[in-house]
Amino acid sequence: MPGHKTIEPFWWGLFSVGGVVAAFLVPAHLIVHGLAIPLGWTSSNPARLLAFVGHPLVKIYLFVLIALPLYHWAHRFRFILEDLGVHGLRTPIAVLCYGSAVVGTVLTLWILFRL
Amino acid sequence: MSASRPERAGLYYPKLPATWWLKNPRYFRFMIREVTSVFIAIFLVVLLVQLYQLSRGPEAYAACVARLASPGWIVFHVVALAFALYHSVTWFNLTGVVQVVRIGERQVPPILIVGGAFAAWGVVSLVILVFFFTRV
Amino acid sequence: MSEETITLEVTRYRPGHDREPRTQSFTVPYRKDWVVLDALNHIKDRIDGTLSYRWSCRMGVCGSCGMMVNGTPKLTCSAFLRDYHPGPIRVEPLANFPVVRDLAVALDDFMEKLRRVKPWLIRAVEKPISEGEYRQTPAELDTYKQFSMCINCMLCYAACPVYGLQPAFVGPAAIALAYRYNLDSRDEGYRLREPVLSDAVGVWECTFVGECSVVCPKGVDPAAAIQRSKVAGAKDWFTSVLMPWGGRS
Repeated sequence: MPGHKTIEPFWWGLFSVGGVVAAFLVPAHLIVHGLAIPLGWTSSNPARLLAFVGHPLVKIYLFVLIALPLYHWAHRFRFILEDLGVHGLRTPIAVLCYGSAVVGTVLTLWILFRL
Repeated sequence: MSASRPERAGLYYPKLPATWWLKNPRYFRFMIREVTSVFIAIFLVVLLVQLYQLSRGPEAYAACVARLASPGWIVFHVVALAFALYHSVTWFNLTGVVQVVRIGERQVPPILIVGGAFAAWGVVSLVILVFFFTRV
Repeated sequence: MSEETITLEVTRYRPGHDREPRTQSFTVPYRKDWVVLDALNHIKDRIDGTLSYRWSCRMGVCGSCGMMVNGTPKLTCSAFLRDYHPGPIRVEPLANFPVVRDLAVALDDFMEKLRRVKPWLIRAVEKPISEGEYRQTPAELDTYKQFSMCINCMLCYAACPVYGLQPAFVGPAAIALAYRYNLDSRDEGYRLREPVLSDAVGVWECTFVGECSVVCPKGVDPAAAIQRSKVAGAKDWFTSVLMPWGGRS
């Protein structure tokens, strides 16, 4: 058992980067997109937003904001299940969690491409 | 409940219950910290849906935003905000533990690293908020 | 003259006799300067000589007397009765370990893990005594000193839910000691310890609950050692994948 090279550091690295992105950016964006815009606290209009989002730098920023924390969730959720005593399903859970994050990444790329 | 291992006769092997995290406040706060990732992920998916509707045109986006103004969604975002803030606070507090910064031979006191992270977070958040409230 | 007393609810378990541990209540004198270990010694000396438990220095340096006191891992030589007054005080064997008898647990798993991380100075070539000592500056000592304070009491393993759920996890003290030697300027054994730390049940099993550092009686902060080892391990992994031709010396 000991001695084999495991891929865990890779997922942990993504978890860390996603965690940093989430910590710095998510609360402010939550206020903007979850509360301010729906409740009309901002004067933004959809046409201006659409034009703004077309900029390639904005798309890169949005990709970082949305895709990376998904890997933070995937890694943490996997270990939540383990910490709740779910054992023996290590591989299926890992596939489900990281797989969902990958699907989310692909969807993000596709939607950003459309904008 | 625990992973299997060979057991010797005569010894008593205690099993950790799945409710271990209810046993003391620090365990409980740990579980809350882990669950923050779920709310953050759900919010980001909702944001992705908003962007998708935006890609379908201004009218589709406006309709989506109108749906998000419903009480249920507002409550969700308030709860998600609380969890997201808890993630940020616990994350920055722990950076002092995880990352050791040395200048020459001396170690930078962890509180400076943590303070710096919180200060940067404040600045970044302010920039984002000001931007959306004035320039978009 | 009636002396004030306090009740201890102590786990009893006789291998081969009992299928499960049970609780036995003992009433001992309540003395302001007594610790739980004093109460246990009183029980063994005056009330029930069959009570089995480990202890040695009774001053918090040997690491022998670790037990659960009211559900928290503690050195019973450092747990004052007055802090639990009026009681009753629940005394149980250290959590997450197999119980051998009464309050004594099996140490084998921890001992094996301790050996596995090679907690000693490793040199590529040993320096002969004639060449003198290994020199080390105070600053070099400071980098690892905190992690060298471990007394192998295993309270951190009792506090760690990951170890409770996954006994294969190498665990806080072993990883902290590996980290201590990796940081020591005299040591050259990083590569030899790496397979143990970088294994899936090494540092990567830890979810940074942090309770290990909370219960540590010597301020070792094993949680910090593990997280820093994760950072080092991740750096190693990414450089080995992105630059396979290079190598750490």
